[in-house]
Amino acid sequence: MTIEHVTVEALIKIVILASGVLAGAAWLVLVERWMAAWIQMRRGPNRVGIPWTNIRLFGLGQPVADGLKFIFKEEFDPAHVSRGIYTLAPIIMLVAALGVFAVVPFGSMIPSLGHWMGTEPIDLMIAPGIDVGIIYVFALSSLAVYGVILGGWASNNKYSLLGGLRSSAQLIAYELPLGLGILGVVLATGSLRLDAIIHAQATTGWWFVFTQPLGFVVFVVAAFAEAGRLPFDLPECEQELVEGYHTEYSGMKLMLFLTAEFIHMMTASVLIAILFLGGWHVWGMTPPEQEIGWGEAILRVAVLFIKTFGVVLFFMLVRWTWPRFRYDQLMALGWKVMIPLGILNLVAVAVLGEISRDQYGMPWGSLVASWGLLMASWLAVAWVAPATTDNRPETTD
Amino acid sequence: MKPDHPDIQILEEPELGLAERMYLPLFVDGLTTTAKYLVRPKVTTQFPEEHPEIGNPLIYRGVHRLNRDEQGRVKCVACFLCATACPARCIDIVAAPSPWPDRDKYPESFTIDELRCIYCGMCEEACPVDAIELTSLFDLTGRSREEMIFDKEKLLSVYDKTKDSEPMKSASHSTLRVEDRLERG
Repeated sequence: MTIEHVTVEALIKIVILASGVLAGAAWLVLVERWMAAWIQMRRGPNRVGIPWTNIRLFGLGQPVADGLKFIFKEEFDPAHVSRGIYTLAPIIMLVAALGVFAVVPFGSMIPSLGHWMGTEPIDLMIAPGIDVGIIYVFALSSLAVYGVILGGWASNNKYSLLGGLRSSAQLIAYELPLGLGILGVVLATGSLRLDAIIHAQATTGWWFVFTQPLGFVVFVVAAFAEAGRLPFDLPECEQELVEGYHTEYSGMKLMLFLTAEFIHMMTASVLIAILFLGGWHVWGMTPPEQEIGWGEAILRVAVLFIKTFGVVLFFMLVRWTWPRFRYDQLMALGWKVMIPLGILNLVAVAVLGEISRDQYGMPWGSLVASWGLLMASWLAVAWVAPATTDNRPETTD
Repeated sequence: MKPDHPDIQILEEPELGLAERMYLPLFVDGLTTTAKYLVRPKVTTQFPEEHPEIGNPLIYRGVHRLNRDEQGRVKCVACFLCATACPARCIDIVAAPSPWPDRDKYPESFTIDELRCIYCGMCEEACPVDAIELTSLFDLTGRSREEMIFDKEKLLSVYDKTKDSEPMKSASHSTLRVEDRLERG
């Protein structure tokens, strides 16, 4: 393949993926609104369909209407903001959120399309073969903190600043357990490439959610906090901070922020599906052979999408299930629980991997050991209860 | 109030057991609750297509109507009690000598500003001859303010429209003279 071929291929993938992710975010907002409505025994948006007809399509036109509304809304910049940073913040946030998808494999690969594209199969990834895949994901997703803190700072409003401060403290606190949760996976796989991680799970047939349950719990909790979703949506906190760092934003800038947040949730879901739920692998359905035909390729894509969608639905269900944590509880959970558990998981993976290295077949011993570790550490956390604090007034008696 | 004020009663939080502190039972409990509600039948009425069930139309406070008596005349005797009782002052009556022998006055014009009305039902309470009543029509719309000022003919037509679905609330259909009413107490 010549360099032109590679460039054209990458450009095509970028166009498909960027539009796909944005459209996916738009329609997932609709799904979230449906879930919210159904849980509250309402019906949710079900009216917008094809304009000028009576065809309603269960409200599937709602995202288009919402997008148009945002585009035509007045974009009002308050006089007291610092204009440059104020404009830059949502852009940073969206770019960082979208850029993550460059190394995310959507399925594995499709067979070659013919002579002019070369004879090799095409990876369903914008930047195939990047050896630092996960590090890249982390680098970009922590850039989101800049969007939040810059937005909060530039808004020149104390609630926005508080939201931005809270958010940056939270994101930094949960970046660590997020990394620790992944490190176990990386240690077990021996690669930072997301496709290699999927492949490792597919060849053994043991998803990492089974072999590293503690790492899974740590990663999922940290991912909720990273994505700023309930019960960890402290940065926004509608009731206390009037939406936090994006109070002063309106119009398209607000939409960029909201979309970026939603894309964060999608990224977290894709990562959970890839790192711990086996990616495109399902036992008996998608065998891990490298040579694949069209049917197999499409099946893999479908499996990965279904898994991701399932995780997204879980995110949404959780949103309407739990109330928000108090800020000190959030910090205590991050620093006192999640980081020690992450380190514990890392050590356990290393030790168990070393012990069971020479054994063949199923790693039953290490499996039992890792689940035992999960229960033991969970019990210990419940026993010590570091996240429980007493803030009632002290009475002297 | 200081924290040691005798009226302040400090309640002790119930001690959490190990199961609650493990968070797991609460976790499962919460998720099952939301998942159950997710598939429950929905309570929203799809308004323009479906109309809500009005429990008892006789006590619903919607659009007004002016009742007619058996001979089709307006029942109102222009006593101004409703206009006096109205807290929103939306009733405007012009009285005239009655053309009929059984009463002294009748309303030459009777207008209600439906936009000023707060639908409290005081006019209905005050009316000695049960001439003004509130119906169960609630989806009242119009394109201008003038359109929403209902005159006597309009209010009578509301009666014509609703008399079959909502019979008059008074037991007797005869119009009593105000004086008779007052004598009876």
